[in-house]
Amino acid sequence: MIGYVVRRVLAVIPVMASVAIFVFLLLRLTPGDPAAIIAGDMATPAQLERIRQSLGLSEPLHIQFITWVKLLLQGDLGTSLISNTPVTGMIGQRIWPTINIALLTISLSVLIAVPMGVLAAWRHRTWADYAVMTFSVLGFSIPVFVIGYIFIQIFSIELRWLPVQGYAPPSEGFGRFLARAILPCLTLATIYVALIARMTRASMLEVLGEDFIRTARAKGVTERIVLFRHALRNAAVPIMTIIGTGFALLIGGVVVTESVFNIPGVGRLTVDAILARDYPVIQGMILLTSAIYVFINLLIDISYTFFDPRIRY
Amino acid sequence: MTAAPQPVSRMQWMLGAVALPRSWRSGLGPAIAAIVLVVIVLSAILAPLIAPHDPLSMNAVQRLKGPSDIYPLGTDAYGRDLFSRIVTGGRISLFIGVGAAVVSVLIGLVIGLVSGFFRVADAIIMRIMDSLMAIPSILLAIALVSLNGPSIWSVMFAITIPEIPRVVRLVRSVVLSAREEPYVEAAIALGTSMPKILWGHLMPNTLAPLTVQGTYICASAILTEAILSFLGAGVSTEIPTWGNIMAEGRIYFQLKPSLIFWPGLMLSLCILSINLLGDTARDVLDPRFKKREA
Repeated sequence: MIGYVVRRVLAVIPVMASVAIFVFLLLRLTPGDPAAIIAGDMATPAQLERIRQSLGLSEPLHIQFITWVKLLLQGDLGTSLISNTPVTGMIGQRIWPTINIALLTISLSVLIAVPMGVLAAWRHRTWADYAVMTFSVLGFSIPVFVIGYIFIQIFSIELRWLPVQGYAPPSEGFGRFLARAILPCLTLATIYVALIARMTRASMLEVLGEDFIRTARAKGVTERIVLFRHALRNAAVPIMTIIGTGFALLIGGVVVTESVFNIPGVGRLTVDAILARDYPVIQGMILLTSAIYVFINLLIDISYTFFDPRIRY
Repeated sequence: MTAAPQPVSRMQWMLGAVALPRSWRSGLGPAIAAIVLVVIVLSAILAPLIAPHDPLSMNAVQRLKGPSDIYPLGTDAYGRDLFSRIVTGGRISLFIGVGAAVVSVLIGLVIGLVSGFFRVADAIIMRIMDSLMAIPSILLAIALVSLNGPSIWSVMFAITIPEIPRVVRLVRSVVLSAREEPYVEAAIALGTSMPKILWGHLMPNTLAPLTVQGTYICASAILTEAILSFLGAGVSTEIPTWGNIMAEGRIYFQLKPSLIFWPGLMLSLCILSINLLGDTARDVLDPRFKKREA
C-alpha cells in the first residue's frame, strides 16, 4: 500500500515536468519574436526590450529553461507585464474566493448528484430515471455562462431574492458569503452534477444487478442499507474517477463563472490577463491549474483502497 | 489479490460508460435532433439569403430596440439586427466546430496508429499526450489564442490541440487490441509493408469509434469557441459568432436579456442535437455497447 502510494506520487513528477517543458516551449516555439507576440502590434522598441529583459529572451534556449525552472521551483512564476508585480503574489491574493467557491461547488455537486444517480438507477426506467437523465443531457449542452445569466435573471432580477453580482468573503459573515456565492456555485455545479449523476447511475445499475444485492435483499436488509451501504460502496470507484476527471471542467467553468458573477478570484485574473495580453499570468495559471488537477487525481487514485478494500496494490 | 482498477479513461465519460436512457436514443429523440441540426446548418449556409439585414450595419437610431416587424428579435447596442447576426454567427461557430473535429480526428488518427503499433514511439508519444491532458483544455486554448492572435484559424488551432490526445488514446487502444488479431499477424508474415498494415488493416477498425468521438469533439469545439469568444479570447469581435454576440450583450444584460438568451438558445440546441446524434451513432456503430446496455 505504502509502496503504491510512493510510486503513484513519484509518477506525478514526469507528468508535471513535461507540463512545465510544454508551457515553457509554448511561447518560445510560436513562430515570430516572442516579445513582439506578447506586446502586440502597437509596441514600441523600448517595450519590446523590457519584455525581452523580463523573460530573459536574449539568452540561449537551454539557459532560459534552467533559469526558468530554478525560479519555478522556488515558487516564482515570473512578473506580470502590466502591473509589474510577481505573478505568484497576484494569484495568492485572489485565490481564496476561487477556493471557497470551488469547495462549495464540489460539496454541493456531490450531495446533489450522487442521490440523483442512485435514485435514477433504483427507479430504472421510470419517470424519475428519465427526469434525472434529461437534466443531465441538458446540463451537458447548455453553456455555463448561459446558465449563469438565466439564474441571475430568475433569482436576482425577477424574484429579487439574491444580489445580482459580487462577492463577500466568509469572514464577513457566512450568510453574506452564501447569498453571493450560491448562484455561482449552482451555475458551476450544473455540468458537474450532470456528469456525476450520469456516472453514478451507470455504475449503480451495474452493481444492482449483482448476486450479492439479491442476497442482501433476500435476507431482509432494508432497501436504504442495500442501496447506500451494499451498492453505493461497490459503485464508488468509477464515481470517484469521474469526480477527478470532471475537475478539469470545473476549472474551465470557474474562469467563465467568475466573470459572469464578477467574483474577484483567479478566474477573473485570467480573463483580465487575456484582455491585457499579460502572458506571464496566463502561463502561471496554466501551471497552477495543471498542478491542482494532477494532485486531485492523485488523491483520488490513492483513495480507491479506502472505498474498495478488495483493491490491493 | 485483485488487480488495480483500470482507471476509467479520461474520455470514457464522454464515450461510453455513461449512457443515455434508451428512449432518448431511439425513435423520436434522434429524429428531432436531426431536424433541428439540419435547420441550423441550412440557415447558417443560407445566412446571406435568410438574414433580413446586413449583420454588420450599425444604426445609432435603432439601438437596443425590441422585436418588431423590421427586426424580428430586436437590435443590439449598435442598432444591428439580432436575428441576422445570430443566423450569420452560426456559420463561424459551425465551421470551427466541424473543422476542429475533422482536423483533430485526422491528426489523432495518424499519431494513434503509430503509437499503437511501434512500442518505442508509443512511450514518447504517450508521455507528451499525458502532459497535454494534464492541462485544462480551456486554459490551453486561451494560451494558444493569446499567442497566435484572434483569427478564425488560430481559434480553430487552439481548440483542436487539446482534443488530439483524446483521439490518440482512442485510436491507440483500438490498435493495441487489433494488432494481436491473426489477420494482422498473417499480414506481417506475408511481408506486407508497414504503411499498408497500418492503413489497410488497422485503420478501418478505428472508423466507427472515431465517427462517434468526432461528433462529441464537434459539440465540445462549438462550446469552447463560444466560451473563448465570451471571455474575449476568441475570434475578433468584428466577426459575429454566437459567443461574440453574447460577449457584447453582457454589458446590456439587465436592459435587454434577449441579447444573451437567443444566441444561447441556438448554441444549446445545436450542441444538444449533436450530442444526441453522437449517442445514436454510438449505438448503431458499436455493437459491444448495445449488448452491455441490454
